[in-house]
Amino acid sequence: MIPAPFDYARAESVDEAIRLLSEHEDAKILAGGHSLLPLMKLRLARPSMLVDVTRIGDLGSIREDGDRVAIGALTRHHDVANSDALHELCPIVSYAASLIGDPQVRHVGTIGGSVAHADPASDMPSVLVALDAELVVRGPNGASRTVRARDFFTGLFEPDLEHNEVLAEIRVPKTAGRGWSYLKFHRRAQDWALVGVAALAGNGSGAAVALTNMADRPIRASGVEEALAGGADVATAAERAPEGTSPPSDAFASADYRRELSKVLVRRAVEEAQAR
Amino acid sequence: MAVTEKYVGQPVLRKEDPELLTGQARYTDNLVAPGMVWMSVVRSPYAHARIKRIDTSSAGAMPGVLGVYTAADLEGEWGGPLPFVWPITEDIKVPVHWPLTKDKARFQGDGVAVIVAETRGQAADAAEAVEVEWEPLDAVLELEEAAHDDVVIHEDLGTNVVVHWSHGGGGDQSIFDTADVVVKERYLGPRVIPNAIEPRACLVQPVPAMGEFTLFSTTQIPHIARVTLGGTCNIAESKLRVVAPDVGGGFGSKLNVYAEEALALVLARRLQRPVKWVETRSENFLATIHGRGVIHDVEVAATSEGKILGFRVKELADMGAYYQLLTPGIPELGGWVYMGPYDVQAYWYEFTGIVTNATPTDAYRGAGRPEATYVLERAVDAVARKLGMDPAEVRRISLAPKFTEAKTSVMGLNIDSGNYPETFEKALALAGYDALRAEQRERRDRGDVRQLGIGLSSYIEMCGLAPSNILGALRYAAGGWDACTVQCLPDGKVVLKIGTSPHGQGHVTTWAQIAADTLGVSPDDIEVFHGDTSVAPLGMDTYGSRSVSVGATALHFALEKIKEKARVLAAHELEASEEDLEFEGGTFRVKGAPESARTITDLAASAWHAHDIPAGFEPNLEATAVWDPPNFTWPAGTHICVVEVDTETGDTDVLRYVAVDDCGTVINPMIVDGQVHGGVAQGIAEALYEEALYDEHGNLMTSSLTQYLVPAASEMPSFELDRTVTPSTTNPLGVKGIGEAGTIASPPAVVNAVLDAIGHLGVSSIDKPVTPERVWRAIQEAKGGAA
Amino acid sequence: MTHVSVTVNGVPREADVEPRTLLVYFLRENLGLTGTNVGCDTSSCGACTVHLDGESVKSCTILAVQADGREVTTIEGMASDGRLHPLQEAFHRNHGLQCGYCTPGMIMAASSYLEEHPTPTEAQVRESLEGNLCRCTGYHNIVKSVLDAASQMSGAGA
Repeated sequence: MIPAPFDYARAESVDEAIRLLSEHEDAKILAGGHSLLPLMKLRLARPSMLVDVTRIGDLGSIREDGDRVAIGALTRHHDVANSDALHELCPIVSYAASLIGDPQVRHVGTIGGSVAHADPASDMPSVLVALDAELVVRGPNGASRTVRARDFFTGLFEPDLEHNEVLAEIRVPKTAGRGWSYLKFHRRAQDWALVGVAALAGNGSGAAVALTNMADRPIRASGVEEALAGGADVATAAERAPEGTSPPSDAFASADYRRELSKVLVRRAVEEAQAR
Repeated sequence: MAVTEKYVGQPVLRKEDPELLTGQARYTDNLVAPGMVWMSVVRSPYAHARIKRIDTSSAGAMPGVLGVYTAADLEGEWGGPLPFVWPITEDIKVPVHWPLTKDKARFQGDGVAVIVAETRGQAADAAEAVEVEWEPLDAVLELEEAAHDDVVIHEDLGTNVVVHWSHGGGGDQSIFDTADVVVKERYLGPRVIPNAIEPRACLVQPVPAMGEFTLFSTTQIPHIARVTLGGTCNIAESKLRVVAPDVGGGFGSKLNVYAEEALALVLARRLQRPVKWVETRSENFLATIHGRGVIHDVEVAATSEGKILGFRVKELADMGAYYQLLTPGIPELGGWVYMGPYDVQAYWYEFTGIVTNATPTDAYRGAGRPEATYVLERAVDAVARKLGMDPAEVRRISLAPKFTEAKTSVMGLNIDSGNYPETFEKALALAGYDALRAEQRERRDRGDVRQLGIGLSSYIEMCGLAPSNILGALRYAAGGWDACTVQCLPDGKVVLKIGTSPHGQGHVTTWAQIAADTLGVSPDDIEVFHGDTSVAPLGMDTYGSRSVSVGATALHFALEKIKEKARVLAAHELEASEEDLEFEGGTFRVKGAPESARTITDLAASAWHAHDIPAGFEPNLEATAVWDPPNFTWPAGTHICVVEVDTETGDTDVLRYVAVDDCGTVINPMIVDGQVHGGVAQGIAEALYEEALYDEHGNLMTSSLTQYLVPAASEMPSFELDRTVTPSTTNPLGVKGIGEAGTIASPPAVVNAVLDAIGHLGVSSIDKPVTPERVWRAIQEAKGGAA
Repeated sequence: MTHVSVTVNGVPREADVEPRTLLVYFLRENLGLTGTNVGCDTSSCGACTVHLDGESVKSCTILAVQADGREVTTIEGMASDGRLHPLQEAFHRNHGLQCGYCTPGMIMAASSYLEEHPTPTEAQVRESLEGNLCRCTGYHNIVKSVLDAASQMSGAGA
C-alpha cells in the first residue's frame, strides 16, 4: 500500500523534465499517476525518482490546428470527455475518455499518461489508432518528432518513447461527417475492456476499425476494413475481426471468447458508426 | 414526561449515523496509542513450499526496525495454536495452525515472519527485505485431486481428507429408488472472497506492569476472541480486554480469530509497546478467510406431477490449508436445511472436508445455507425442466403448507413456524409473473438477441444461533446464549449493554426501539454500548442472523426484570399493592386512580438515591438477563430475478429483482429492508461476478479488486421488496433474523433466471459465476459448436 | 522529506513528508483527519475519495506532494455552520449507510458529481458511483439518498 521510497522532482518545463529524465536512469514521469502509482503501491514498480510534470503549464489544453485537434498530453480524461471542441470535431475521443476508469480517475488521469503507458486494454490507444492520430514526442536538445499512433504502440506497455522523451501532444483528425462508435465490453463499469472496438465510417473515406485488448497493442482490424472496402456487408466483414489478432487469455476471458466477442462487437460498432 | 409513542415496527432513523456521516467514526485504523509501533507480516509467495532458510539480518538492520521474528523466535510465547472451536466429529483430523508457520507454507499468504518497526512504511520496507530460501512443492487446489493424497499437505495427518460428517438422513430413503422422477445433478460453488470494505486491523495496548492487554480489533466476535486468544497467547482472560470499535462490515470474514491478532498481542508483550497492524487489500485476499468452495452431487426425487419428494445431497467442501475458527462447521450448518421450504418425505446430507493449498475457508454471509439453497433451487428447476413444467408450478405444489406452531421437520429439528405459500404467491404477484412469461414468449418468438429469463428461489434458513444444548451435541465449544444489561439512570436516561457486536446492522437503533417502548422513553434517551468486553462482558457476538432473536430477546427479559423491580418500588411509593398497579408505556398507575402514577424515570431516580426504598430492595434500577434460545429460528421467503441475456456476447443484465421475505416480527422495517438489499447484492455478485481463481501452482489470480469483481452501483438494479410476517415461536418477540436471507436466496434466483433465458437454446446447466464467457460457451455447446 | 502546503477544509496546513506519502495518509496521519478511509490498494474501492480543487479524486492514488498548493476537502469539511451537507442528511434519512466505511467516499464522489449534474437520473447516479464499492447496502439506498439530496439541493424537493 505504500510505495518504496523515491526522490521527487517537480519539472517546470518539458525541457527540465527531459533533463531530469536524462540524468536519472530509472526516473519515471508522474502525470496523473493513475497507472504508475498503483504499480508502485504494490511494489511492482520502484522508480528511483518521480519527475512531476503536472505543473507544466502548456500541456493541458485542447485547440484546433488546421484539420486536426491538438490535445495537450496533460489534459485530464475528464476534460477530454467534456471538451466542446472534441464533441463537435472528434466526438469518438471525448466519448472514449468518458469510459475510462471512473469519475475520480478521470479527474486526475491524463490522456498522455494513458497513451504513454501503452496498455493494450486501455480505450484511448485503439481510438487513436482508428483515427490515425499523430503523437508529438519531445526529446533532449529541443528535438521533437511526430509518430503515427499505429507505430507508437510497439508492444505490451511498450510505447515508442526513449527514456528521456516526453509525449507532449496528441493530434487527432477532425471527423466531422464521419460516423463513429466505440464499444467497450467490460464486466464492471470501472474495469478495463475485455474487448473494445473503435469504428469510423462514411464521408468518402473507408471504414476504420481498431481493436482494444486483442493483441499486445491496439491494432487495426485490417481484414474487416479490407472486406468493407471490397463491398462486403457488415456482418460478413465483421467475421474477419479476429484476423491478425493475438488476444490474451486471462482470469477475465479466454482468447477464444475474445475472438468471438470481437466479431460481434465489430459488427455492432460498424453498424452504429454507419447509422450515426 | 413519559413517551407513549410506539417505536417497534417503525422505520426509526439510525442513532448510529451521525459519526459515520461526518468522518468521526472510530474504526480500528483510526486509533493511535502513545509509543505505538507497526507490525507487518512476511508471507509466502508459494502455495506449497518448504522453508529451507530464513535470513532476517538485513531486514533487522533497516531503519526503524525494532525486531524481525520467525516462528522459532516466538516459540515460547504460545499457550496453544490458533483457535479452532468446532471439531464436528469424534474422528476429525485437525491440522495444527500456528500464527507463523515453521516448516513449510501451505497456502500463498501463509505467514513466515513478522516485523515490528517505528512506522507503517518502515514495516512494509523491512518485510520485503526478509530473505527466505524456499523449496517449492507441488500444490493441490482441486478437491477431487487433493482427495487422492498424491500430495499430502499436513504430513502428520497422513491425508488431505480430514473430516466426514453425515446428517444420518431422515424419512423414507427408498423414494430415491421408487419415485417417478429422480434428477441427478452436480453443482460447483467456487471460492468467494468476502471483501468487507474495511480491511482487518488490530491495535494492542499493553500495561506491562499489570500484565494487562487491550486488543482493539476489526472483529465481529470480541467475546469469543477474548477467551480463545487468551488461550493462544497465554493471557488470562481476566487480563485481556477486547474492543471492537466501529467495524466496517464483516460478512463472516471477521467472525474469526486471526494470526495477526495473536502476533500483535505477543509482540506487544515482548516489546512492551503498543503494536498496530493494518491489512492491505492485497493481503486481505490471501490472509482473510474465503467462503464457499464446494462441489455438490444432488439427487432430487419427484412425482410425475412435479411434487418434490426428497433431496439426497453429498458435498465435497474445501477447507483450505488449515481450519480457521469454524471451518468444517460451515457445511454442517448448511446440513440442516437441505429440505428447503418443501414438504419432503426424505432427507439425506453428508459432506467430506478436504484440505487444499489455498486460503482457509470459513463463514461467509449465510455460511452453509447459501450453499444448500443453491443446490435445492437449481435442482427444483431441473425437475421442472425434466417434466416440462413451469418452475413456479413445481414450487407451488411442493411447498409445505402454513404452520404457526413449531413442527418437527423430516430433517429432525423443530421448525418454529412458516407460511411459505403466502410469501411465494406474494412474490409472484409483485413480479407480475404471468406478464413476464408473456414477454419472454414474445422475445423467443421473434428470436430476439436479448432473451428474457425469470428465476425463482424459495428458501428457508436456520438462524438464531443457537440453543446451547444443541451446540453441545454438535460438538461446538461454546454456548449460543446472549446477554443484555439495562441500566435506568437517575437522570432519566437509559444505558443498554449488549452482548452482540454489530458492524453495520443497526443494533443500537433496534435495541433502543425495543427498550423505548417498554420504558416509555424516546430512543434518543437510550445509549447502547457494545463491542467491549470490559463494558459488556457477557455476550456471544454477531453472526448467523442471531443478534435480534437471541440478543434482543435477552434485552426483552432484562426489561421484564426492570419492570418487576420497578413495580415493587412503585407500589411502595404509591402505597398500593403490586397487584393493583397497571403498567403501560413506562408508567405504573393504580387501577382506578390513574392520577396516582410513577414513571420508570421517576423510579430510576428514587432507586438510585435510595432514600426511601422497601426493605430488601437493592438500590438502582438495573437488570441483566441471559437468554439461551430453546430453538433456532427459521426465516424463509421467495425471490424472483429477471434477467436479460445477450445471446451473442453472453452478457447478463439483471433487469429486476423481487424479494419477499418472512423474518417474523419486524422491529425496524427500514433496517430490515437494508439488510435484504445488501444480502441480495452480495448474492447477485456471487452469481454473476465473483470467483477466487487460482492457477495450477496455487497462485491467486484474482488477487485484487481489479481482478476480483466486486460490483458497484453501476452493475446493480434497484430492488423490489415486500414481506410476510409469521412470528417465530422460539422467542417472545416473534423475531427470526434477516442478515443473511438475501445472500442465501439470490444466487440460485439469478442462475435459474439465466438458464431460463437460454433454456430454449438447449442449455440446461451452467456454473457460478455466470460470466458472459460461460453463457456464450454454454450456448455454443448447445448448438453443437466448436466452443 | 518534501515540504507541502495544502489547504484542507479551508485551513492552510503544512508538513514535511516523505515523497512517497500518499495524500490519504497525509490527511489521516499527519493531520489526524481519519474520516477518509482506505479500503484497497488498487484505486478500486473509492473509500478514500476526497475533493482536490473541488473535484472527486482517490486520495490513495495521489501523492501528498501532488496536492501541494491546492485545496482539499474531506468528509470532515462537508458540514457547515453546524448543518450537515444535504447529502449527509439524505444518507441518514434514506438509510444510505450501514457499516459506514464506504460512506465518506460515497458522499464525496456524489457531491462532486452533483456539482456538475444537479438533476441526474437514477441510471446516471449509478454510473457516477462506478468507482465506489459498498458491501453492505446493495447500493439501493445509496442511490436513493443521492437522488433525494439532488432534489433537495436543486430546490425541487424543498
